[in-house]
Amino acid sequence: MSSTKHFWESKKFWYSIYLFALIVPFLVLVFLFSYYPLYGWRYAFYDYKPPKTLDQCAYVGFKWFKSLVDSPVKIGQIVQVLKNTFAMSGLTLGTSWLPMIFAVFLNEIRGVKFRKFVQTATTLPNFVSWVMVYSIAFCIFNSTGAANTFLMKIGVLEEPILFLQSSEHVWFTQWLWLTWKNLGWAAIMYIAAISSIDDEMIQAAKVDGASRMQVIWHITIPSLLPTYFVLLVINVANFLNNGMEQYYVFSNPFNKEFIQVLDLYVFNLMSSGGYPVSVAVSMLKSLVSLVLLIIVNGASKKIRGESIL
Amino acid sequence: MSKEIVAKTKIKMSTGDKVLEIICYVIFAIAAFLCIYPFYYVIINTFSANDVSARGDVLFWPVGFHVHNYTSAFRIDGLPWAFFISLSRTVLGTACTVIASAWLGFMFTQQKMFLRKFWYRLVVATMYFNAGIIPWYLVMKQMGLTNNFMGYIWPAVVSPFNLILTKTFVESVPKELQEAAEIDGAGIFTIFFRVIAPVIKPIMATVAIFSAVGQWNAFQDTLLLVTDQKLYPLQFVLYQYLNQASSLASLAQSNTSTSSLAAAAATTQTTTSVRMTITVIVVIPIMLVYPIFQKYFVKGIMIGAVKG
Repeated sequence: MSSTKHFWESKKFWYSIYLFALIVPFLVLVFLFSYYPLYGWRYAFYDYKPPKTLDQCAYVGFKWFKSLVDSPVKIGQIVQVLKNTFAMSGLTLGTSWLPMIFAVFLNEIRGVKFRKFVQTATTLPNFVSWVMVYSIAFCIFNSTGAANTFLMKIGVLEEPILFLQSSEHVWFTQWLWLTWKNLGWAAIMYIAAISSIDDEMIQAAKVDGASRMQVIWHITIPSLLPTYFVLLVINVANFLNNGMEQYYVFSNPFNKEFIQVLDLYVFNLMSSGGYPVSVAVSMLKSLVSLVLLIIVNGASKKIRGESIL
Repeated sequence: MSKEIVAKTKIKMSTGDKVLEIICYVIFAIAAFLCIYPFYYVIINTFSANDVSARGDVLFWPVGFHVHNYTSAFRIDGLPWAFFISLSRTVLGTACTVIASAWLGFMFTQQKMFLRKFWYRLVVATMYFNAGIIPWYLVMKQMGLTNNFMGYIWPAVVSPFNLILTKTFVESVPKELQEAAEIDGAGIFTIFFRVIAPVIKPIMATVAIFSAVGQWNAFQDTLLLVTDQKLYPLQFVLYQYLNQASSLASLAQSNTSTSSLAAAAATTQTTTSVRMTITVIVVIPIMLVYPIFQKYFVKGIMIGAVKG
């Protein structure tokens, strides 16, 4: 290794700049793909139509924001979208304890091989895309799929049902798919947390005659609650961000009304050419999310003395 | 002595505890079945006689085993190419993300860097906001990244989540390693390539897996950015096939030169058989890679959980 140093390596200040210069290309990428698009929010204030450039378009102030609620039809639409978003996120929040319970009871199984197998099997769906999930759902729930064949064979059904083309229970079935995909994966964090619980405490409780349910209730679950709380807070902050992929691939003319969450609504507005309105909606969504994040972070600081950011 | 007591208490389980354990076994067996069976169902159907499969009669094992679906799948126009696109973006995208994460993860531990904490926060903050799809699309268009293969790669290079993983890992490496190299007169690149890179391989593997799965599964960027069919990855082609009613089966049929009619019915492609076959082709790489690398996933989510 050479012992001669360049001047930027020997002077303290220049060395700090030199180190910074080495990450600049990556900071440029971050700026381009994450910060620079924020400047695009200005489209929400113009009468923008795609072939034109922005300076050829008229400034219209808050016209597009007002247009979201300027007729009963549009109010009805946005209310339905909000209902869907709240329902889907609400179901997820309301069942956010499921992964914890899953991990707790999986831990009660003493056959190590069976436990490992269950863990591997239930985390697999997390690694396939939503298109895959939809594709598999399609294969199983179409008119000649496994679900219909099975139900007809045992005599529950006379005629095949087109499950995916149903407009009933859309919120619930979408929650089921989400849970199918995520539950095992979400449980991993709790499984690891359980393995870090002091074993002597559990053994001491057992010696004192505690049943397994008592151990779970008085030792395991209380020691998992901090992890649960952190994840809950993140969930609340993401209340409006369901993502669009799941709902996009599962949507069809029959369930469209109930499946359209905010993220999908933004996309559908875009596809129908309403660029400025779409930007306006995603802008409002981002701002509300930011406020939510600040509120839950503040609450977390107050209650637990710990910030999540 | 305490061990003996423990051993005894373990043997003596109350009836309540036994019932609990049995219930757990049953419930988790069902859960595992629900997660595995859908994949199994699709796979056995692609190997079964297509006329039997079309009636929905293949539920537990392949009926009339044949591999014709696969040999003809790769004759479908554009499918091998889509496979190639998926593979290319996975390989190139993963390589870029791994290198960038390792380098940045290392650099952000250099206390001497100008405004180090500020830049780090600036990058990590991007996890928490999103300008929305239209502003993003317009920026991508402005940079010529719509209908461009590099549109799949550039936005993925810096990933805040993977950066957090690597930085946390680098921080756990003893500082003395770097200090010793510095005393020997090593520059920052030498330290990175000779000292740090060899010891952070496990976390680079984790990042590689996360990133590869993400690239292989990516769908939304194609939906937003690409109209040129030549750039469609497998995921997108599959989605299109799912939404086409028929016309699909005829694409695959071209070369069926079977003599007897019954055999033809068994191996003739139907819309469903083509869908299922593509589904398997897309899922198999994940299923093969996943169990091998599971420990890396687990490690990754644990570090992420501590820091995230």
